[in-house]
Amino acid sequence: MPHDGHHHDHDHDDEGSELSPLALRVKALESLLVEKGYVDPAALDVMIDTYETKIGPRNGARVVARAWTDPDFAQWLKRDATEAIASLGYVGRQGEHMVALFNTPALHNMVVCTLCSCYPWPVLGLPPVWYKAMPYRSRAVIEPREVLKEFGVTLPEDKEVRVWDSTAEVRYLVIPERPEGTGSLSEDQLAALVTRDSMIGTGLAKVPA
Amino acid sequence: MNGPHDMGGFTGFGPVNAEADEPVWHEGWEPRAFAINLAMGMTGSWNIDMARHKREQLPALTYWRSSYYEMRHYALINQMVALGLITAEEEATGRMLTPPKPVRRVATADMVPGILAAGGPATRPSNRPQGYAIGDKVRARNITPEGHTRLPRYARGRLGEIVAVHGTHVFPDSSAQGQGDDPHWLYTVRFTGRELWGKDTQDSVCIDLWEPYLESLA
Repeated sequence: MPHDGHHHDHDHDDEGSELSPLALRVKALESLLVEKGYVDPAALDVMIDTYETKIGPRNGARVVARAWTDPDFAQWLKRDATEAIASLGYVGRQGEHMVALFNTPALHNMVVCTLCSCYPWPVLGLPPVWYKAMPYRSRAVIEPREVLKEFGVTLPEDKEVRVWDSTAEVRYLVIPERPEGTGSLSEDQLAALVTRDSMIGTGLAKVPA
Repeated sequence: MNGPHDMGGFTGFGPVNAEADEPVWHEGWEPRAFAINLAMGMTGSWNIDMARHKREQLPALTYWRSSYYEMRHYALINQMVALGLITAEEEATGRMLTPPKPVRRVATADMVPGILAAGGPATRPSNRPQGYAIGDKVRARNITPEGHTRLPRYARGRLGEIVAVHGTHVFPDSSAQGQGDDPHWLYTVRFTGRELWGKDTQDSVCIDLWEPYLESLA
C-alpha cells in the first residue's frame, strides 16, 4: 500500500544491522528503479557530486562580493538578478528567476519558504536542515525578530525587517550590508566575509578580524 | 487544500536549531534518496506542482515528524504508485514484479549537468491583461481551494500592496491538477505585520501571489 505514515524509522535504528529500515528502503527503491530502467545509477552519482562539491554558498558569496565592489554589477543585480548572476556562471535548477534583496541601514531582508523549502540552489546550494524544518518555516513570518535573536542577530527597532515568503518560482538572494573597515580588501577577501546565513538574512556579513 | 505544509504563523514548534558548520548530508541514505527523487522528476512523469501537492497530501503527523528527505521519499513513493510506475508490493520488496511503464526521459550521467543547468523556468507567454501595477492596493482573496494552492492561509483576506510584477508564470493551482500551465500574472505583494498579525510593528512580509489570488479594493 502507499505510504501512510507508519514507518518513522530514522531515529531508532535496528541494532542488529548496519542500515536503518529507512536506509534499507531507500536502497531497495533505488535497485527497483534501476531494474525498471527509470534511473541510471551513474546519473545519481553526478547529481550528488554536483551538490556536494560544485554548488554551494561560495557561489553566492562571489555574487555579493562583486556587488560590493562593482557598482555597475550591483545595478545589474537590481535590474535583472537572474542575468547578472548567470554572468558569473551560476544558473539552473531552483535559480531560474532570481531577485537580489539589498540590505540597507533602514531595511533588513530575510527569506523563508513557509509552504515547502524553496531556496536558491545555484547560489547557496542545498538548504540547511533548519531552513526546511518546522520552527523556521512557521515562525519567520510572524516573529522574525525572535527568530533572528536565535541566530544571535539583534536589530535596531527602527530598522524594518522584511520577510520574503518564496511562494512562487522566484528565488531570493539577500545582499548583506558591506561591513565597515573593508575598503582595502580584495574581492576574494570580501567573499570570505559573506556567510550563507547572511545571504538568507538570518545573519550579517562577518567583520574582518 | 489546508494541509500540514502551510506553516506560516504557527508558534508551537520550538526554537530554530541551527547547526554550526553543517554538513550537506546527515544520514548515509540521504544523498541517494535526494538523487532518486531528482532523477524520477527528470523522467517527466509529473511537474513540480504535482510533486509539491503529493507532499502536502501526506498525513499531517507524518509530514511534521519526518525529516525533509524522509518526507520527500514517502511522497515520491505515493506519486509513483499512483501513476503505476511501481506497485506498493514492489516498493516493499525492492523487486520488479510488473513490467516498467514508458517514461519520457531517463537521465544518464552525461545528461545531468545540462538538465540541472537548464532548470525549469516557470515563465510562460500569455494574452491575459496585467490587472495590477506597482503601488496598487489589493486584498488576498479569502478562499479555501480543495486542491493545491500557493496562497498561504495567513495571507487570506489581508490587505497588501503590489511591490513587484514578475510577468506571467505557470499557475500552480491548475498545473498541479494536470490542467496545463494556465499562465497568470505573478506579483510580489507586501503586507504589513500589523495587517497580518495585529502587531504593533513596522516589519512586513512579501509574498509572491498570482492574479487569481487577488482582488481589488474597489
